[in-house]
Amino acid sequence: MTHMNDYKLSHLKELESESIYILREVAAQFENPVLLFSGGKDSIVVSWLARKAFWPARIPFPLMHIDTGHNFEETISYRDWWVDRIGAKLIVRSVQDSIDQGRVAEEKGVNASRNALQTVTLLDAISEYKFDAAIGGARRDEEKARAKERFFSHRDEFSQWDPRNQRPELWNLFNGRKSQGEHFRVFPISNWTEMDVWQYIQQEKIEIPSIYFTHERECFVRDQVIYAHSSFMQLKPGEKVERKRVRFRTIGDMSCTGAVSSDASTLDEIIEEVASSRVTERGSRIDDKRSEAAMEDRKKAGYF
Amino acid sequence: MSDFSSEAYLETELLRFTTAGSVDDGKSTLIGRLLYDSKSIFEDQYESIRASSEKRGEDYVNLALLTDGLRAEREQGITIDVAYRYFATPYRKFIIADTPGHIQYTRNMVTGASTANVALILIDARKGVIEQTKRHTYIASLLRIPHVVVCVNKMDLVGYSEDVYQSIQRDYKAFAAGMEKLDLHFIPISALKGDNVVDQSVLMDWYKGPALLSLLEHIDITQDKNLSGARFPVQYVIRPMSADYHDYRGYAGRIAGGVFKKGDRVRVLPSGFSSRIKSIDSAGEELELAYAPMSVTLTLEDEIDISRGDLIVAETEVPEPKQDIELMICWLAEKKLQAGGRYVMRHTSKELRCVVKEIRYKVNISTLDNEETDLTIGLNDIARISIRTSQPLYADSYAYNRNTGSLILIDEASNVTVGAGMIV
Ligand SMILES: Nc1nc2c(ncn2[C@@H]2O[C@H](COP(=O)(O)OP(=O)(O)O)[C@@H](O)[C@H]2O)c(=O)[nH]1
Repeated sequence: MTHMNDYKLSHLKELESESIYILREVAAQFENPVLLFSGGKDSIVVSWLARKAFWPARIPFPLMHIDTGHNFEETISYRDWWVDRIGAKLIVRSVQDSIDQGRVAEEKGVNASRNALQTVTLLDAISEYKFDAAIGGARRDEEKARAKERFFSHRDEFSQWDPRNQRPELWNLFNGRKSQGEHFRVFPISNWTEMDVWQYIQQEKIEIPSIYFTHERECFVRDQVIYAHSSFMQLKPGEKVERKRVRFRTIGDMSCTGAVSSDASTLDEIIEEVASSRVTERGSRIDDKRSEAAMEDRKKAGYF
Repeated sequence: MSDFSSEAYLETELLRFTTAGSVDDGKSTLIGRLLYDSKSIFEDQYESIRASSEKRGEDYVNLALLTDGLRAEREQGITIDVAYRYFATPYRKFIIADTPGHIQYTRNMVTGASTANVALILIDARKGVIEQTKRHTYIASLLRIPHVVVCVNKMDLVGYSEDVYQSIQRDYKAFAAGMEKLDLHFIPISALKGDNVVDQSVLMDWYKGPALLSLLEHIDITQDKNLSGARFPVQYVIRPMSADYHDYRGYAGRIAGGVFKKGDRVRVLPSGFSSRIKSIDSAGEELELAYAPMSVTLTLEDEIDISRGDLIVAETEVPEPKQDIELMICWLAEKKLQAGGRYVMRHTSKELRCVVKEIRYKVNISTLDNEETDLTIGLNDIARISIRTSQPLYADSYAYNRNTGSLILIDEASNVTVGAGMIV
């Protein structure tokens, strides 16, 4: 344990304490918050922290999964198991429904992805339920445009993020006041890095989806990225499916999540691998590669 | 970085620091250098700034680009807001609040400084101590950042001269003598060449102190914690109302100061009721004691009506209620501070209203003199004011406790945070 006698706190304990503080602030300052749950390690950690923040009571807000319909099977079965494990309430809204209702049109072509379409489904769900705070698992170390993101990120009535008009955040004082129709995105693990998340998962012994660990699967390679093969991925001429030993560093929509070659089968091995890795986790996310400012543009439009 | 694979990380501490310097003193280069030399830069990030440097026609890889945030800034070649960066060594994990030097500077630096353990103040060795340096030091001292590291940068441009360094150090100490006691450290560096940033400089063997990273890894921050005067602002009341925890009533919050032990006598404010701590809960685990800045849940021996905004304190150190409060305020918005104006105020977990009674003086941020004639307080101004609150406030001075001594003012019409106040 940490040195209790000289009142030190390990960095993980301090980060945990900060995140729990933010989650409690959300429950106190907002009427109708929701926790956006993707089934990836970051939102798993946030929901775990929420469990701890309100223990022994239940988490006082629901989890919501925006289902692109292009998920890894493991994500869905894990999701259902996890919400049961932590005793949370789950809402699912699907991109397929948004397509069927004509709210969005499916992208065409071999690089088609439902990643951008999720934003519409998300915003529709936010107005359907009148959520006034949507809690996400984004971290500032992930990407340049996130480095200036606030813990409490204000969105106008069109759900837009205006990087020039964010409220300054001083000390531990968070201002969640808003006008009718506006809402907030809240990022309790803003100050965590990928390494912190893995170390915390290990420290807390949090069970995570199996695809974070090495396994064999059908893959193909495009633009130097390894993709999992599935029925909704179209192969280009010349691309061929082969079995590879891989694992995933992030879990998102299958059409834009790349795998890494890896033999890591335990958390220790994953931590070792992350420590020696020379590429960011988002380096394997195709959604960010579209342009250098891709994330910034998506955030302005109301993305996660 | 493979040291992370051991369990040693369970003992690493968090250190937050902020950087200050005027434009072109080399802040971005310094941060880029810290990240790069401590091997916290990934290949894809490096590749992306290499490509950008090339596109901009620069003849070397511009490490400053690593910390350049949003597109508008990249296009205009300026940074406009506080950005946070992260890196870790086997000793510590670091959070950098990167605050750019330009007009919105005071607001940004105050924001970054509010949570920092250490301030890095950059000085260009060719220019020495300038007006900006004094300003930055004043803000560090006003915000009571516990440690200040003065980095005399661009030593390569003054021939790594010890004389230049010594004379800057003398000048600095001379003006800083007039401020609140600062824990000062000085380092001669070249952010561009890497001298004394991560690796000890071979070109300045006259400097016997540690390189910057080593200083940041070892500087003692446990003393910075506020361990006297136990303070617990109640954030949220936990009532499970489940079969197993039918009568459970827990007060959730983050300890703002001091140490709480099981069995301690406490006072609840504003009601004034006394009780004892029955348990300190941390998600199923019972703790014997807890201290700042831990988030815990307290249960008390007696049933008392307690809600968000209440303060639980050690019976031995109870703050006095006050409605007339003196503040140093940093103004964060374009819209001017109104004498006689009403604002929403947030102090710990409490929200209340206040009216500005008087603007006493404005700090001339260049000369550090107090001005009593021009009392218009706009964006980036720092002033001493007095306010009256709608209810009695149980607060401490900022000097005593950075958490219970700080507050923000919010404009009721726009809901924007407009002022950062420190209780005198
Ligand atoms: N010679 C030299 N140039 C430096 C040093 N540090 C920064 N610079 C240069 O000074 C200029 C401004 O640096 P930058 O990091 O962008 O300054 P900022 O505005 O404080 O972030 C750039 O051209 C840097 O290459 C140094 O130690 N030595």
